[in-house]
Amino acid sequence: MTALLPRRGLAQILALIVILAVDRVVSPQFFDLRLQDGRLFGSLIDVLNRGTPVALLSLGMVLVIATRGIDLSVGAIMAIAGAIAASLADTHSLAVVLAAALGAGLICGLWNGFLVAVLGMQPIVATLILMVAGRGIAQLITEGRIVTFSSPDLVWLGNGAILGVPVPVAIALGMLILTGAVVRGSALGLLVEATGGNARASELAGVGTRAMILSVYVWCGVCAALAGVIAAADIMGADANNAGLWLELDAILAVVIGGTSLFGGRFSLVLAVLGALIIQTMNTGILLSGYPPEFNLLVKAVVVLTVLLLQSPKLTGFAGIAARLRRTKA
Amino acid sequence: MILKALFAASATVALLLALPANAAELTIGFSQIGSESGWRAAETSVSKQEAAKRKVNLKIADAQQKQENQIKAIRSFIAQNVDAIFLAPVVSTGWDSVLKEAKEAKIPVVLLDRDIDPSGKELYLTAVTSDSVHEGEVAGDWLAKTVGAKACNIVELQGTVGASVATNRKKGFDTAIAKHANLKVVRSQTGDFTRAKGKEVMESFIKAEGGGKNLCAVYAHNDDMMVGAIQAMKEAGLKPGKDILTVSIDAVPDIFKAMVAGEANATVELTPNMAGPALDAVAAFKGKGTVPPKWIQTESKLYTAADDPQKIYDSKKGLGY
Repeated sequence: MTALLPRRGLAQILALIVILAVDRVVSPQFFDLRLQDGRLFGSLIDVLNRGTPVALLSLGMVLVIATRGIDLSVGAIMAIAGAIAASLADTHSLAVVLAAALGAGLICGLWNGFLVAVLGMQPIVATLILMVAGRGIAQLITEGRIVTFSSPDLVWLGNGAILGVPVPVAIALGMLILTGAVVRGSALGLLVEATGGNARASELAGVGTRAMILSVYVWCGVCAALAGVIAAADIMGADANNAGLWLELDAILAVVIGGTSLFGGRFSLVLAVLGALIIQTMNTGILLSGYPPEFNLLVKAVVVLTVLLLQSPKLTGFAGIAARLRRTKA
Repeated sequence: MILKALFAASATVALLLALPANAAELTIGFSQIGSESGWRAAETSVSKQEAAKRKVNLKIADAQQKQENQIKAIRSFIAQNVDAIFLAPVVSTGWDSVLKEAKEAKIPVVLLDRDIDPSGKELYLTAVTSDSVHEGEVAGDWLAKTVGAKACNIVELQGTVGASVATNRKKGFDTAIAKHANLKVVRSQTGDFTRAKGKEVMESFIKAEGGGKNLCAVYAHNDDMMVGAIQAMKEAGLKPGKDILTVSIDAVPDIFKAMVAGEANATVELTPNMAGPALDAVAAFKGKGTVPPKWIQTESKLYTAADDPQKIYDSKKGLGY
């Protein structure tokens, strides 16, 4: 069994299949797909489309967590980037809008990275600063109101389609490939894992741990800004109070479901994105089920607990021993 | 003797001087919560307009969502001996001691938009608030009237679970449609009062209800969720406002924009003008001693496409929503 299937990722893939099957039960038309105005339309597409912001956040977050850090400010960075994009959208070209929004994310990431890598602050506290202040900054940009825009270019980024695939999904896939190519196509991924595994030993072995930590926070900021632009493009407006609210927790959860330890070290980009999809498949299933909204969080908690139990080394180890005992008896 | 006469004379003069000044210009302190939402910002700007209209000197203190700032502001208004205090309480409890201080200083307090814990009823003059159960009823009655006798499947976008406004707006709507057997809420989910969640939930409603063909109306507890739901319907190839009727609550400018485009049908206003009725109540109380009722309910006005939505949009968009 273990020889046929990859050891890592088995639990996640199984969890996704089980949740998809449950979704099919609560909503018989779950796998129906059709074209609507040149865009694929169906619950599966909703899962991918709505999962995009958290998937993008988890791409940055998984690298940060691999260095034994954490970034609580990604939701606030989304709000800032969305606010900037919406304020500029109707007066500037898409290139300028994107450059400004992603630039803001880069600066936010540099700030977090500076606090953690250079000043040596603990990541959870360092990024908490921007988590709190960032939403205030976003509200200053939007003056506390929902800034709407009608620029077709930016709207396309949220609602358009490339060969039937929604643009946000294509962007997330592109970012996954790009990030994967950079960290796994070079030694960078290994250096990030080394930094998270044992920063002092890596430093002594000649790894530029400070630069590593700084750059993962910058990348996390850029990914968050991209997620923020997509979230704003989706609703054709920037809602500084609510954009990305609590999504940092979903992103961390996605990374953890993806099997990356909060203690740093080994990480998997693909599994983190899979984690984001698991969360969204569950969310969409809850919405389709028609249960009263009071149950939403309860169902979510039970599913997350189950997925994490599936991966718990103690539990899987226990199951393994039981299987071996059965085999020896037979 | 002479001193006494002089004193009496000067007192009379002072009274004569003071009286007309008092009648012409009241000074009222307003402890506002902050500006957590567009509606709140609009309430602040409308309060300023209403005060200017009545030549009232309105001092606004922004509490930035903190009760201790509001208590500080009320104490400073008492120290300045203002004619009345308006309070938009950020929470419902913990006002007893500071409101007692205002009562001892004989300064009437008027609550705006929100009520406080029932134990404090004798501590304020009146509360000007909207009835959110009634708002839901107005929305439900409009839908029942518009649909007539044909069967109608409704989906509901609720506000944040547990928020009293959401509970009340649901209750009011349910009461209104309970009288009509042909109206039925088939799905109800929370959209957390936001555009993004409103859109996401509506997407799932459309898929769960056979592509939206079985639906006749959407009811949203606020306009922002409806704006998101309208986008979801358009992306699914449905015509909001025609294929599926919409009714929501709040009357923010963007819903009027959708009405102009024919994509929204009705909204029930949560008026940002809470200060107007409060100012009138204080003026009557100060002038003739008329004691207002303990609760002044603001009007929950229904707006539809027949009400010149473009004009309303233009008049509302500058208010800070």
